[in-house]
Amino acid sequence: MAEKPLLSVENLTVQFRGDAGWVKAVEGVDFAVGAGECLGIVGESGSGKSVSALSILKLHNQSNTRYASGAIRYGDRDLLTLPQRRLRQVRGGEIAMIFQDPMSSLNPVLTIADQIMEPLRQHQGLSVQAARRKAIELLEMVRISDASRRIDDYPHRLSGGMRQRVMIAIAVACRPKLLIADEPTTALDVTIQSQILELLRELQREIGMSVILITHDLGVVAQFAQRVVVMYAGRVVETASVPALFERPMHPYTEGLIRAVPNLDEDVHRLTTIPGNIPDPSMSIAGCRFSPRCREAVKSCLSEPPALVDAGAGHFARCPPRIAAGGIS
Amino acid sequence: MSVAPIVVVRDLVKTFAARGALLRAVDGVSFDVRQGETLGLVGESGSGKSTTGRILVGLEAATSGSINLFGQEISSTRGRVTPGAVRRRLQFVFQDPQNSLNPRMRAQDAIAEPLDVAGGWSRSGRNDRVRELLEMVGLPRSCGDRFPHEFSGGQRQRIGIARALALKPDFVICDEPVSSLDVSMQAQIVNLLLDLQERLGLSYLFIAHDLAVVRSISARVAVMYAGGIVEIAPKRELYTSPRHPYTQALLAAVPRITSNRAHTAVITGELPSQIDTVAGCTFHPRCPLAFERCRAEKPKLREIAPGHLAACHLQNTPA
Repeated sequence: MAEKPLLSVENLTVQFRGDAGWVKAVEGVDFAVGAGECLGIVGESGSGKSVSALSILKLHNQSNTRYASGAIRYGDRDLLTLPQRRLRQVRGGEIAMIFQDPMSSLNPVLTIADQIMEPLRQHQGLSVQAARRKAIELLEMVRISDASRRIDDYPHRLSGGMRQRVMIAIAVACRPKLLIADEPTTALDVTIQSQILELLRELQREIGMSVILITHDLGVVAQFAQRVVVMYAGRVVETASVPALFERPMHPYTEGLIRAVPNLDEDVHRLTTIPGNIPDPSMSIAGCRFSPRCREAVKSCLSEPPALVDAGAGHFARCPPRIAAGGIS
Repeated sequence: MSVAPIVVVRDLVKTFAARGALLRAVDGVSFDVRQGETLGLVGESGSGKSTTGRILVGLEAATSGSINLFGQEISSTRGRVTPGAVRRRLQFVFQDPQNSLNPRMRAQDAIAEPLDVAGGWSRSGRNDRVRELLEMVGLPRSCGDRFPHEFSGGQRQRIGIARALALKPDFVICDEPVSSLDVSMQAQIVNLLLDLQERLGLSYLFIAHDLAVVRSISARVAVMYAGGIVEIAPKRELYTSPRHPYTQALLAAVPRITSNRAHTAVITGELPSQIDTVAGCTFHPRCPLAFERCRAEKPKLREIAPGHLAACHLQNTPA
């Protein structure tokens, strides 16, 4: 990214109030997404990938969340310090979001029409008739057949794949500059997943929007994103272009994760595992947070928190021993 | 194959009444599982794979069809009446260890519950068996007095497996045992199931939607669609030369890490609601190769190569 990114998250630390005080869910997170680019954020549960993404629009419950450090730069604004009223203009307008479970993110007692028309009326000030016409167009755009009839249905009448199409229609209603997609296909069957990813790809091209795709599925990232951020236990451990990350992973965690994915095209005797368990966020680990599970950990890994270092060509990794050794095992 | 099957399922049908109509969840399913082998049962949601597993273990009653377990005919249509001696040899591992373990029960009691129900165990024999089982599934012998919430998801699934193994079963039905786990945990559990199979000579019916996971553990794989098996074959053959258009579409739809991006939606449409029965082949509305006969006549599952069966009119003649 030579030019200024569309949005950049800088040194973000988010804390949640737990039973035993404030717990850091993510710490010192940096990433940026360029105009028209698709950035993938991958990680396992507790990695902080969703926490980071929800922070962009400050969608966490305010009463138990603290944005302890950082900035979210969007144009010349910092979304973290933007007043509520101004933030609301950005949400659903310039930056839109879709979630994993389209059933619980659609309102069950409102028709599809009501829910698609809302952002159009809110952000674009359209009349009821104009908004309804636009809503039907949007449903056609996300390939819902018989849109003019379907629009008056309630969400429970639709299949999971259809509901996700409706969510996407709502999200792109105001032609956003950035779409944040949090596990958009995780709840869907694989043949439906490929339809939804294809739809997102077409819409991205058509609208020219950027996409931040949050997923645990490395295959989805490999097929859909241009660049990837890998998160582990609340921190970014590696950032690279998609080809670089999958061909030459630098961080031992990234490498382990890629190897642990069962291969569809090959028979193996046993799967490759990463030993140990994913640490609980409240657990304090000195040094590198992956060190308790890392086969290559040296003494300094256990005591010094590693920095995210540029290994060249926009490939960053948080692993000093690997970087010193030239990166590739 | 010289090894006799220990599970023989024939023409299994399960219908549910739904809004005044009849929903055919399982529609004439037949398969065998042999001693010491894993049969993978793969399909998307609504394919009937879980219902099939639940009927086998007696959690649901079949509408019709026959089940033979370990050489004994089971009354599949009455459910829950499987003789204890047969039932003991058959166990179940659930998808979600979060919901399938009682949160108020210590790990050791959850694991020992089948022993307590079966009876005939002394206190010390029971405790020894629990410690042995904990070790067998890779947990510390000392962690038995902890509660489910004190374990990670992967560890809870280990407890679920220990519990299923308590009565030394011969056949274990695993219903999506790793689908709620993270990738790094998933691999550990799959390897554990493989190790236990080797050590104890277990047979598995491994039900899952993830084709790659199924490949990593199965010897043979059956693909289900809309209540029926559309293809069944030895693993390598199914993955390298799938013959049913649905199996082909399913394999093509999985986003891979390695291949180039040539990502297009492989098939259009969605699974039919099983209330509006589709005439002919259940897959024909989505099949790119469908022709007239597919719309009129339901294809039978027939052998197209040794041990390789497919239900498709295009595969009429042995290759």
